[in-house]
Amino acid sequence: MTTLILATLALAPLAAWLGGRSAKVATLLALWPLGLTVWFASALRILLQGGVVTDHVAWIPSLGLNLSFRLDGLSAVFALMITGIGTLIVVYGAHYLDGHPERGRFQASLFAFMAAMLGVVLTDNLFTLFVFWELTGFTSFLLIGFDHEKESSRRAATQALIVTGAGGLALLAAAVLISQVTGTLTIPELLSDRGLLTNHASYLPIVVLVLLAAFTKSAQFPFHFWLPGAMAAPTPVSAYLHSATMVKAGVYLVARLTPVLGGTLLWELPLVIIGGLTMLGGAYRAVQETDLKRVLAYSTVSALGTLFLLLGLGSEAAFTAAIVYLVAHACYKGALFQVAGVVDHATGTRDIRRLAGLRALLPQTSLAGLLAAASMVGLPLTIGFVAKELVYEAGLKYALSPFALVPAVVVGSALLGVCGLLAGFGPFFTPGAPPEGSHRASAGLWFGPLTLAVLGLLFGSAPGLTSGVFSLAASAVAGRSVEAHLALWHGLGLPLGLSALTLLLVALLYRARKLVRARAWPRSLGFERGFTGFLRIMDFISGRIGPPLQESSLASYALTFVLSAGTLVGVGYYLTAERVSLDGLLDVRAYELAISGLIILGAIGAVRARTTMTAVLCLGTSGYGVALTFLLFGAPDLAMTQFAAETLTAVIFVFVFWQFPRVDQASARLVKLRDAIIACGCGVLVTLLALDSATLPTTRRLSDFYAEAAPSLAHGRNIVNVILVDFRAFDTLGEITVLVTAAVGVVALLRIAAAERQGG
Amino acid sequence: MSSSILRTAARVLMPLLVLFAVFLLVRGHNDPGGGFVAGLVIAVAFVLLMFADGVEAARRSLPVSPWHLLGSGLLVALTAGLMPVFVGRPFLTALWAHLGPERWDVLVGTPLLFDIGVCFVVVGVVLTMTFSLVED
Repeated sequence: MTTLILATLALAPLAAWLGGRSAKVATLLALWPLGLTVWFASALRILLQGGVVTDHVAWIPSLGLNLSFRLDGLSAVFALMITGIGTLIVVYGAHYLDGHPERGRFQASLFAFMAAMLGVVLTDNLFTLFVFWELTGFTSFLLIGFDHEKESSRRAATQALIVTGAGGLALLAAAVLISQVTGTLTIPELLSDRGLLTNHASYLPIVVLVLLAAFTKSAQFPFHFWLPGAMAAPTPVSAYLHSATMVKAGVYLVARLTPVLGGTLLWELPLVIIGGLTMLGGAYRAVQETDLKRVLAYSTVSALGTLFLLLGLGSEAAFTAAIVYLVAHACYKGALFQVAGVVDHATGTRDIRRLAGLRALLPQTSLAGLLAAASMVGLPLTIGFVAKELVYEAGLKYALSPFALVPAVVVGSALLGVCGLLAGFGPFFTPGAPPEGSHRASAGLWFGPLTLAVLGLLFGSAPGLTSGVFSLAASAVAGRSVEAHLALWHGLGLPLGLSALTLLLVALLYRARKLVRARAWPRSLGFERGFTGFLRIMDFISGRIGPPLQESSLASYALTFVLSAGTLVGVGYYLTAERVSLDGLLDVRAYELAISGLIILGAIGAVRARTTMTAVLCLGTSGYGVALTFLLFGAPDLAMTQFAAETLTAVIFVFVFWQFPRVDQASARLVKLRDAIIACGCGVLVTLLALDSATLPTTRRLSDFYAEAAPSLAHGRNIVNVILVDFRAFDTLGEITVLVTAAVGVVALLRIAAAERQGG
Repeated sequence: MSSSILRTAARVLMPLLVLFAVFLLVRGHNDPGGGFVAGLVIAVAFVLLMFADGVEAARRSLPVSPWHLLGSGLLVALTAGLMPVFVGRPFLTALWAHLGPERWDVLVGTPLLFDIGVCFVVVGVVLTMTFSLVED
């Protein structure tokens, strides 16, 4: 599995190349996700026989970071959705963006997203899950901002990144807390000692953080606003990320951790309340919208709410219902989004008030829309019907308060059904003429939605096909074996009655849809405006504290740096230091004194210099003195480097900066005094530190260790170099990266300056 | 600025300095030297040439642009770090191999490759900065 995920990521450049060619060639890319789908589907056989598929690769073992993946029922359902719908979206996207100059970038981001999302649902380590979680947010940012030249796209992308990114941080914090309590981050190990967490004092913060992560990712109240905003993305992205897969990562997280953290009121009540609120609020907002994609976006928010609500109910029936509802939603909503895209593509508008009579023009698409809408409404023989029956059944069994819950679920379902009709039925079957300039759609466009819609019908008419997998998934959520009873006909009973009532409500509300749109009040609670306001306040605050800190003067940066570092080190030194002993340090040779004198004279000369040139030369003298000291005390390497560096600095200064202004009048007297005090203080501190470290036993131990280990472990006698390229090579890698960054920065600054000179 | 003494000296010194730098680089693991110093020495050689003959001449006598040295140096160091990963060891673990016939046995390892990367980066950084500053 590691190979499959990494290969998907590695294929992104290939996807960029092939995706940028004709639609036919780009369609070939779908072979990869198709192969993955087949792989996961064939792995189901192992799962159904009671096994699990695992794969373990040590990544950074010393930090406990491993790439370990585990395929169980829950992961398999998600993985199949990701790869299966991914296959259709690659085909759909190839045709939807046909002729777009940047369609290669689109396919590459899609592949990267697919890899990240597979990582989220397959990993069994919480830290790795966090890494992949953030990767999905990142790729989602790239895809929402696909039309990056539009200001609205950029704003929507940033908004989604900030909201879900904040949630990701909460997830990281939760993972840290969990590992502190249990000492492990692997999910199977967490499952084995669940009582430890639920009875621990950190349980409350862990639950709050996990739910925060899930609610932001899955666009729950009050973080729901980013999802409708994300509709700025091209429609294939909305169909894939923002309805079928990524937004369900939050649901996955909660489902995955339910056997670890669940079973308590603290876990379940927020899920029921927030999920329920979002279910009703999202559906209520959805029926007011007139833009096809926004109707679907709000209905997705609502469906995600329903999923959280079901997970919060905590019964086996509710878990089964959640899994079936999840798949049903992926089928019909993925199809409806693509249908909306086809309609947009063919007519140039997404306004449901203008769309009518498209059946003759888009026959296959209208069939897909009709089937998907039927599933969303919950007509018998569709998986939507099966899911709805299960939801009602679970709601009726809710021990706390079925009387409040069931009406809410019925109303939510009815409103969602209306959305289904608005998106999948209205544009095609409303009598009227299609908008002017409408044209037909190619097979590559209707193939995806039709396949998904037919799948929904297939799963609904032959429930035996999927019940084994659904049972496995529900068992993974419950933490014990659950048998999912899926049936076409649950018999006469309250759930069936509620289903009939829902259908009636849907029919009534759809007939009165214009009235609903016109009379709805209040339209919005303004959370998006609140968020924008919050960002504006943050901008204001950073606008106030930024400039004083970023004076863009090298002297002030140096001052801040030296002062803060000096203070921190000084306080630490004062608190821990023992009395400095000068024993054995006073045995000084005459030439050592001479070199010290040279260093001191150089420093004094630099301070008193009138021109830059003198100052640089004096500093160079000082530096040469230090290099000589290195040489005398057995550090030829350091000496050599110091000599070379001093020479280079002096030479470059002389040739490049010779026209700099005089330095003796650069700052006022008082400023000079302040700088002198700080500089002297730091000098004293460094001297004390040097004296101290020379007498410290650790220093001896360290150099003994390296002298011993360098030849035996690293095959080298030059300790300095062995440390640089072997023992602490990671530091060196970081340092050379910094060097390169600095060089790039210098060149960029010079080019900007040159361009400005030319321009102005 | 340029005198004929400086020009002649620079031309004679340049190859010697570069050779010396290679010497420093290779011996660095056991004796004073290493990639950082080697890089500085090479950079000094080209800076000297720049003062004698001008930036254009210095750029011409450098077979690759310093800009490319920056990236390739990082890449080489990264490669040295990634090599152990492919044989199942942690990132940046040193790998060693004995090369050559028994009499002239040479011990070669990824740290040397890493050092070469460091050297490239140092040359690249110093020359990128110096050349662009002087050209400015």
